[in-house]
Amino acid sequence: MSDHATPLTLRAVVGSHRPEEELFGSVYDPAIIRRIGAFVRPYRREFLISVVAVLIFTLTQLAVPMIIRHAIDKGVMAGPAGMGVLRLSLLAFAVTIAVNFIASHVQETVVGKAAENVLFDIRRAMFAHLQRVSLSFMDKTEVGRLMSRLQGDVGSMQEFLETSVLSVGDIVLLFGIVTLMLYLDVELGLITLAVLPVLFVVRLYWLPLARDAFIKAHQTNSAVNGALAEGIHASRTVQAMGREGVNASLYRDKVLANLATHLHAARLAQVLVPVVDTLTGLSMALVVVLGGSMVLDRQLDVGVMVAFLFYIQRFFDPIRSLTIQYSVMQRAMASGQRLIEVLDVPVSVVDAPGAMDLDQTDGSVEFDHVTFGYNPSQPVLHDLTFRVEPGQTVALVGPTGSGKSSAMALIHRFYDVTSGTVRIGGQDVRQVTQASLSRQIAMVLQEPYLFTGTVLENIRYNTTTASREAVIAAATALGADAFIRALPQGYDTMLGERGGSLSTGQRQLLSFARALVADAPILVLDEATASVDSATEQVIQHALRTLLKGRTGLVIAHRLATVRHADKIMVLQAGRLVESGTHGQLLAQAGLYAKLYRANYASFDDIEGGV
Amino acid sequence: MTSKPNSQRPALEVMDVANAHSLLGGLGTLWRMTKIAFLTPWAATFAILATLVSSALQLMIPRLLGQAIDLTQTLAQDQSGGARTALMWTALMVLGVSALRGLFTTFQNYYSEAVNHYTGVELRLRYYEQVQRLSFGFHDTVHSGDLITLGLLDLDGARQFFSTGLARIVLLAVLIGFGGAMLLRTDFTLGLMALSFVPVVGWFSSISQLRLRLTWRDLQDRMAVLSRVMEENLGGIRVVRAFGAGDHELDKFDAASGKALTLAHDRVDIRVRSTGIMTLSFLAAMGLVLWIGGEKVMAGTMSVGTLTAFLTFMTILQMPVRQLGLLVNSFARTSTCGARVFAFLDLQPAVSSPSDAPDLQLSDITLRFDNVDFAYPAAPDVPVLRGLSFSARKGETIGIIGPPGSGKSTLAHLIPRYYNLTGGRISIDGQDIAQVSLSSLRRAAIVVAQDVFLFTTTLENNIAYGEPRACVEAIERAADDAQIHNHIDDLDARYHTLVGERGASLSGGQRQRLTIARALLPKPSILIFDDSTAAVDAATEARLRAALQAGAADRVTLIVAHRLNSLQHADRILVLDQGRLVETGTHADLLAQHGRYRALYDLQTNAEDREGT
Ligand SMILES: Nc1ncnc2c1ncn2[C@@H]1O[C@H](COP(=O)(O)OP(=O)(O)OP(=O)(O)O)[C@@H](O)[C@H]1O
Ligand SMILES: Nc1ncnc2c1ncn2[C@@H]1O[C@H](COP(=O)(O)OP(=O)(O)OP(=O)(O)O)[C@@H](O)[C@H]1O
Ligand SMILES: [Mg+2]
Repeated sequence: MSDHATPLTLRAVVGSHRPEEELFGSVYDPAIIRRIGAFVRPYRREFLISVVAVLIFTLTQLAVPMIIRHAIDKGVMAGPAGMGVLRLSLLAFAVTIAVNFIASHVQETVVGKAAENVLFDIRRAMFAHLQRVSLSFMDKTEVGRLMSRLQGDVGSMQEFLETSVLSVGDIVLLFGIVTLMLYLDVELGLITLAVLPVLFVVRLYWLPLARDAFIKAHQTNSAVNGALAEGIHASRTVQAMGREGVNASLYRDKVLANLATHLHAARLAQVLVPVVDTLTGLSMALVVVLGGSMVLDRQLDVGVMVAFLFYIQRFFDPIRSLTIQYSVMQRAMASGQRLIEVLDVPVSVVDAPGAMDLDQTDGSVEFDHVTFGYNPSQPVLHDLTFRVEPGQTVALVGPTGSGKSSAMALIHRFYDVTSGTVRIGGQDVRQVTQASLSRQIAMVLQEPYLFTGTVLENIRYNTTTASREAVIAAATALGADAFIRALPQGYDTMLGERGGSLSTGQRQLLSFARALVADAPILVLDEATASVDSATEQVIQHALRTLLKGRTGLVIAHRLATVRHADKIMVLQAGRLVESGTHGQLLAQAGLYAKLYRANYASFDDIEGGV
Repeated sequence: MTSKPNSQRPALEVMDVANAHSLLGGLGTLWRMTKIAFLTPWAATFAILATLVSSALQLMIPRLLGQAIDLTQTLAQDQSGGARTALMWTALMVLGVSALRGLFTTFQNYYSEAVNHYTGVELRLRYYEQVQRLSFGFHDTVHSGDLITLGLLDLDGARQFFSTGLARIVLLAVLIGFGGAMLLRTDFTLGLMALSFVPVVGWFSSISQLRLRLTWRDLQDRMAVLSRVMEENLGGIRVVRAFGAGDHELDKFDAASGKALTLAHDRVDIRVRSTGIMTLSFLAAMGLVLWIGGEKVMAGTMSVGTLTAFLTFMTILQMPVRQLGLLVNSFARTSTCGARVFAFLDLQPAVSSPSDAPDLQLSDITLRFDNVDFAYPAAPDVPVLRGLSFSARKGETIGIIGPPGSGKSTLAHLIPRYYNLTGGRISIDGQDIAQVSLSSLRRAAIVVAQDVFLFTTTLENNIAYGEPRACVEAIERAADDAQIHNHIDDLDARYHTLVGERGASLSGGQRQRLTIARALLPKPSILIFDDSTAAVDAATEARLRAALQAGAADRVTLIVAHRLNSLQHADRILVLDQGRLVETGTHADLLAQHGRYRALYDLQTNAEDREGT
């Protein structure tokens, strides 16, 4: 994609656009139609009604020139006797337009609303599915990419659904016009229609070209949009690293490339206009010359000639809109493909058949020869075996990347183990329902994450039964009450995006409070106090001593002072459990823990960089 | 517009209020859009000329057809050969006019479209630059989703002003004006009847388009809430899973989605109601013309050809009249969307340096804080830093410690001038940082941010972010110093491994070290670590510290940390509390003071001695 030539390699891109994402689908793919069809089925009555309405609507459109012709030939041109016919024709005309009005109203309302419904249903199905797919999929997938499927792709499906009903009408209109022209006068009809093959040949040649051009325009457009979104999300880093200039020129390249593809597509879209217009002109000229002579020779009524002229002008409309339909359909197929891809992401972590609720647990946690890897061929945890007794507080320490967070993820069954078993309260986590499992475990994740909403809503989160007092109690226990009260509206202060107006430590305290409010028998703290100072941490530890009574605690920390008091400390290294015991025992062992401990304190005794 | 309960968008709200509501503001916006469209004068002029020609040609066609019909009638009596020749000529005219009209329509469409695209390019470039230019204080107050909407939807709405507004005015004026005049001249009463649908259609289409426009913003707001729910859910999916909150999230989704759906249905109704009436009034007018015209033909006061011309002309007129509504929509859209876009583009960054500001001249690198006061622009009444003074020289390391919210990160962010001070002065080598060029300042001072932000690209591009032209060796050296090289080396694609937006496939400590590498590469003279090793174990951190030692002699280093062993070698340690400097000195000094630092030290070292086991 990098089309800028610089002498020095520029290790820079803006946006993370991957072109294979944008491939257009074939026009008709039964599998996709079937899957999307499933979403349309609940509204089949509505779609049926609108197809019928569109047919009626088309018939009235066809009828108008016929009535005009009748009025002219049998009424106007028939001398005074024709007055009655003219009146009658006018009546028919009035009825026709009334029907036309009702049919178009019904059709547009019904299909418009049904298409919106289908679209919202599809989006909900995808969103609900994403709540269940495995985290390993979510780890790999950018939020932006999923969002573009939930928004853009769903949007083009809607466009398709709305217009697909119309294209039924267009096809009928086309055939209707041809039939009526032949009915009015076979000879003149055939001659006029002779221009059609020319149009088809031109279109046939044009379509693949136009298709390519549209695909390219679509791709460059997504690339530009992706780059803009990135620029917005990253604005702070961009400014901090002084990347404005480089980014602006990379972005400019993308915008100009986008301009070029769009101009090209516009040229292609427009080349057919003079062709169609010339052919229309030709047809009309033929009617004028040949039809005119026939009228002169009294072989043709003048009304027929008028009707012909009307039909010719209407004739190319359905062809034009069917061509547009064609590209809408292509786009919809591609979008459908991507929607289905999301809906089909396998849910690898599912409740086993007959899984039971895990209601009563003693809170014990057990790893039994657990091996696990995000990619099964590269395990990050090797044959891990340990047991946390009910009510115990156990600490997990080890170098970065040694697999501590991964081990905690397994307790909650974010991922399934490659081999071995994880048990909570003696039950294999794979044998209980996930919903009940998550009620047993409250987690503070390494990275604090806040939602748009008030402080109160964030701490309460999905424990909607928690009272305001419970929320305040949790915050108070963590020493966060004071700063929350100092916010403009206290607990009801709206937080900015991701809690941006709070300091990192403050955000971490809120995430922590959220876990306390959830009030579960097992509490997992993954670096839950990494961003707060030791004094605050001590407040928390005091509080935890009470809070953890009767609960099981699992604590990950790099600050060894944090974990010193744990009932048991387990040391992980490169995914293996290398030591375990109390602080005192481990120090006595003089192993990795002792080394880490020394590194923590070494310098206090002035031993340089003690590893 | 009305204030939405769930939207926090003060800055954008201000833009709405300030501009979109005044008529003058609206006209100003249209004028500015017009000026931008005419930045490519030849394309715009040509588009308008082509529009004039093509609509004039369009008007000739009903005339010619009517003439042909009349030829068949008048000449029916005398069977001279001249009739056929005349028909022939008319036919040729029809063909020629049609072909020419096609040609000019193509020019019209293509060049109008081109002008739209040029306008788009102009707006997009300005928008992107503005996003990068507006300071942190602005981005703090605006939801990124709203900025994306503004830069995609609003900008797209505004950029089409030329074809949907300007060129269309010309088209409609010619077609409706001249066409109408022609009809009225031919037969005044019948002309009036033929044109009777024009005000009806014009009115209804304008009203409905205005309504659609008014609800459009509302719909965007509701969709923005829905997007936010989805985006935050996907971004925080681990939290959602950890709390088993899938159902809770679905409830949030349903609430947001339901609100958007209701409005979407309403909009369908608005749209349909008017299209129906428009078609009805058009056909009714046609019926009227047929009726009265038919009687006139029968009475011999009008020719069939004229009647045909009337009817044909009405079909031609139907489209532009319907477009009157689109024209209204285009003006409404351009003035609202455009106003928002311009309001954004017109914002002045709170932090900027005058264009003639000199570059920062570095000599012995002395960083000084003199009595610095600071409050965030979003909360000007809440002092975050108060009367802060300290200084640091080349080769020195300053440690900073303090409870959450005490202002450590804030202090760090003031050195590269992410925000303006509310009082006092920060200087580097005697130059006030507010007086030197921002780019030179930010080259000199780099903060390793507390929040890790990684780009969705290769590890290499991430490390080279601040110095994209760096060579491989330099990148690897930075990674090595940051203690991440060995890990990268173990990966299959090494430096070409793709990482996700939040670096999901790296551990917390790995991500932190990657951002350290990114900051090391440009070799800043002032390097600030904002709690950048919180997720790194002590042993790795010790290695990191040793590696950084090498370059430390040539720069000023500030380290914000909670683990005291990260700080104790510092030449000076600042203890912050509620934005005040409460203690300062070397590790040994502070220990001797028996203050807060000492308390932290005791907690981290020999607490077990006091508490027993
Ligand atoms: N989602 C993921 N997909 C693939 N690999 C991952 C993923 N998350 C972590 N890893 C890899 O697994 C290993 C263990 O990571 P983990 O997060 O468990 O470490 P950790 O001990 O918690 O480290 P830290 O102390 O730095 O947080 C690391 O090498 C990391 O790169
Ligand atoms: N963008 C912002 N807008 C308004 N207030 C802010 C903003 N960022 C931080 N604050 C407030 O300013 C104060 C200082 O925050 P700062 O981030 O400097 O703290 P900190 O010392 O770095 O804390 P931590 O140890 O948690 O990182 C806090 O009370 C915080 O809520
Ligand atoms: Mg901070």
